[in-house]
Amino acid sequence: MSQTTTTSAREQFRDRLQDFDVESTVVSPDEVTATLEQIASPPAVGVAPSDGRYELPDTVETEFSPADLEAAETGVTEATLGISDYGSIVVPTTQAGVEPVSLFADQHLAVIDERDIVRGMDDGLARMGDRFREAQFSGIIATGPSATADMGALVKGAHGPKTVHVVVVEQ
Amino acid sequence: MTASSRETKAAHIRHILDTEGDAVSSNTQGFNEGRYESVADLESYDALKAEARAVKEDAIERLPSLIEQLRETVEENGGTLYIADDAADANDYVREVVADVDGERVVKSKSMTSEEMELNEALFEDGVDVVETDLGEWVLQVADEAPSHIVAPAIHKSREGIAELFTEQFDPDEPLETAEDLTMFARRKLAEKITAADVGVTGANFVAADSGTMALVTSEGNARKTVTATDTHVAVAGVEKVIPTVEDLHPFVELIGRSGTGQDITSYVSLLTPPVDSPTLDFQADELGPADDREFHLVLIDNGRMAMRGDEDLRETLYCIRCSACSNACANFQQVGGHVFGGETYSGGIATGWEAGIEGLDTASEFNDLCTGCSRCVNACPVGIDIPWINTVVRDRVNRDTDAEFDWLVEGLTPDEEPGGVTLQKRLFGNFSTLAKLGSATAPVSNLLADNPVSRRVMERVAGIDRRRALPKFERETLQAWMADRPPVVDAEREVVLFPDLYTNHVQVERGKAAVRVLEALGVGVRLADVCASGRAPLSQGMVETARRHAESIADALLPHVESGRDVVVIEPSDHALFQREYENLLDGEAHERLKANSYEILEYVYGCLANGADPDALRSGDGEQIAYHSHCQQRTLGVERYTEAVLDDLGFDVVTSDVECCGMAGSFGYKQEYYDVSMAVGEELETQFTTAETDERTIVASGTSCQEQLDDLLTRSPRHPIELLTPVVRTERVSGD
Repeated sequence: MSQTTTTSAREQFRDRLQDFDVESTVVSPDEVTATLEQIASPPAVGVAPSDGRYELPDTVETEFSPADLEAAETGVTEATLGISDYGSIVVPTTQAGVEPVSLFADQHLAVIDERDIVRGMDDGLARMGDRFREAQFSGIIATGPSATADMGALVKGAHGPKTVHVVVVEQ
Repeated sequence: MTASSRETKAAHIRHILDTEGDAVSSNTQGFNEGRYESVADLESYDALKAEARAVKEDAIERLPSLIEQLRETVEENGGTLYIADDAADANDYVREVVADVDGERVVKSKSMTSEEMELNEALFEDGVDVVETDLGEWVLQVADEAPSHIVAPAIHKSREGIAELFTEQFDPDEPLETAEDLTMFARRKLAEKITAADVGVTGANFVAADSGTMALVTSEGNARKTVTATDTHVAVAGVEKVIPTVEDLHPFVELIGRSGTGQDITSYVSLLTPPVDSPTLDFQADELGPADDREFHLVLIDNGRMAMRGDEDLRETLYCIRCSACSNACANFQQVGGHVFGGETYSGGIATGWEAGIEGLDTASEFNDLCTGCSRCVNACPVGIDIPWINTVVRDRVNRDTDAEFDWLVEGLTPDEEPGGVTLQKRLFGNFSTLAKLGSATAPVSNLLADNPVSRRVMERVAGIDRRRALPKFERETLQAWMADRPPVVDAEREVVLFPDLYTNHVQVERGKAAVRVLEALGVGVRLADVCASGRAPLSQGMVETARRHAESIADALLPHVESGRDVVVIEPSDHALFQREYENLLDGEAHERLKANSYEILEYVYGCLANGADPDALRSGDGEQIAYHSHCQQRTLGVERYTEAVLDDLGFDVVTSDVECCGMAGSFGYKQEYYDVSMAVGEELETQFTTAETDERTIVASGTSCQEQLDDLLTRSPRHPIELLTPVVRTERVSGD
């Protein structure tokens, strides 16, 4: 993928995030830890990235119990894919607990590498296809915070996070 | 249907209109507008729909082998697949799973299949506490009510109603007023239940055979919590949810939210290949456990579906992805919701297919007549199901399945091909051609006889024709009689055969004359077809064989004209739509294709003449005349209303258009005593649009006969057909004294 298409997919991605009231911050790789520390409201829980690309700040607890999950203000996780047409991120389900960390806290703080942003939903599914078949992958295509209109008007934060913030790591 | 059962039905409908109508209409119309906006942004909308359709066609075709492939992948993944023959079989299996883990509490995310199975009731019998976690479903569980919509189950409840319910049931410390208050209250209550649950039950919107991955389309996050917080996951779904590959999810992920609630995508599309590898969460002991402790059971239920697969006319129902587009786009559903337009489980247009296949014709017959065949759901459906046709076929089966009523009375009056089970009401409307001929032959006596209070009471009691409706006034001189001695156009550049539908020929003869005059003014020679009965009337009553007989005689009469190079021009939009769409199911393929390719709606034809160089000065100029135009539902499904708008605009009329899905009259529907109130409720939306400051002085114009009748009942201004506006003022008639 050429540099220009990457940039424009990134900008489209950020525009779409904004449509769903998701804030985003673009940082260089060496700024990730400090940025997370700044954005995460305590108490925060988190799961370190599977490939060790960045470190979580000390303020984010990586050893947590179910009670910690429920009490957390912020949950920090990686997102393995971004879909710019929709402003969607893919949150993987892992043994380290990405799914509950991204689900139980009021704020989900997700980190995505800009090289993992693809344009269309078809591109996204094509990229994940083999992982589903071969590695029994599970993941959530998440777009915006959880929401409901069942109580007579649109409310953000139904069962899941009330806000989402995406940190895009520039390469 | 007897007079008293019609009255009972009318009373039930009035009650729902009064108590739930406002909430249902504002919610469904909001979804529907959202759909239009959301799909307008999607460049590849039509291509995605075609792709979605192709995936479903292929999947249902190969279903048995896909199920076997899925069994292997699910088992390889460490889960279990159980195919249940029916609801009892499926419930027994789930009960066993719950008992095996000593489950005391089951939390559920929204699943229509579990409603179909009545799973909650089955588990309650075992003393298991079952909690719905979708906020809408939970409201209904607390209120002990049934869903009124397949996607947003509590749309019939207002915010105030929910606040009252919660206050009464839970006596909260803080008063609950706003939607935010109510949501946060429910979130807290349900979090307690979810974290103390043993088993999580979900549905599955799609299941990919190649990987065992299931997609769950949600927004609240409750399905995610239901799966993550419990060690045992049971997913229940119909067998038709299996698709070949994970990549096949693509068109559905893009279409399902847009088609349903008008969201580009819902907050969460969970793609789970269970058992998932999140750690287990023991909230009581406050411990995480290994993902290996997770258990997964996929229960796919047949419950009539495999038989539907083998049923040529019901098979398409299995393509349904339960998005609710057909409900939201339906003018009748928009007024009454699923508590009137629904069966045991499913609601809206496609429910007829589901309920007929799963529960049987009796259930389907209770609400199937709410589908008027307006066809507004056809383009809305992301998998292109011909929902009106399914409704027509089921209506036909209901007719055939019902014991004879009034045989003695109708045999002579109605020379149709139908069995005795067709009600007198349906038979009368279905045989409108016979009535129209008789009506014209004996006018004005027929009109006087029909319109006196005594006859109206009798018609209402015996045939359920609502006495508040004005009946059509038959003209003594039919269009065919008027045309008989009209000399042909000399040196016509082209020639058409004009189809004099029953209404144009017998009732709205003026619009027929206007059509002839306009065409002739444009240099078109006009012949009148010698057939009038298209089959629309019997088709709308589910009298398929009678409709087929009409369709065949229409093809016999019109196709020789086509062979001779004449285009077919049609005034009544519902008949034009019939030639274009429904005849596909009534005629052989080639005859339908030829008629379809060579027939035009009248204003479409005028547009074509003008676009090909005909002189617009030959027609009356609009001169800025202010028009309020309501196009016909079936016309809009075909996209031909744009020609009327373009012609009026080009000729200098100042046009505003309605944007309701249907006028509510829909042929015979608005005449029927049991549906009069729904019909008027639908019509009132149109009335509102045409009585605003901008529209209340405008000339009312409508293309369809039914729409004109409805507008005539609703407004003080009498509507006209658009062709009547174009008749040249300076007489270009070639004959005097017509």
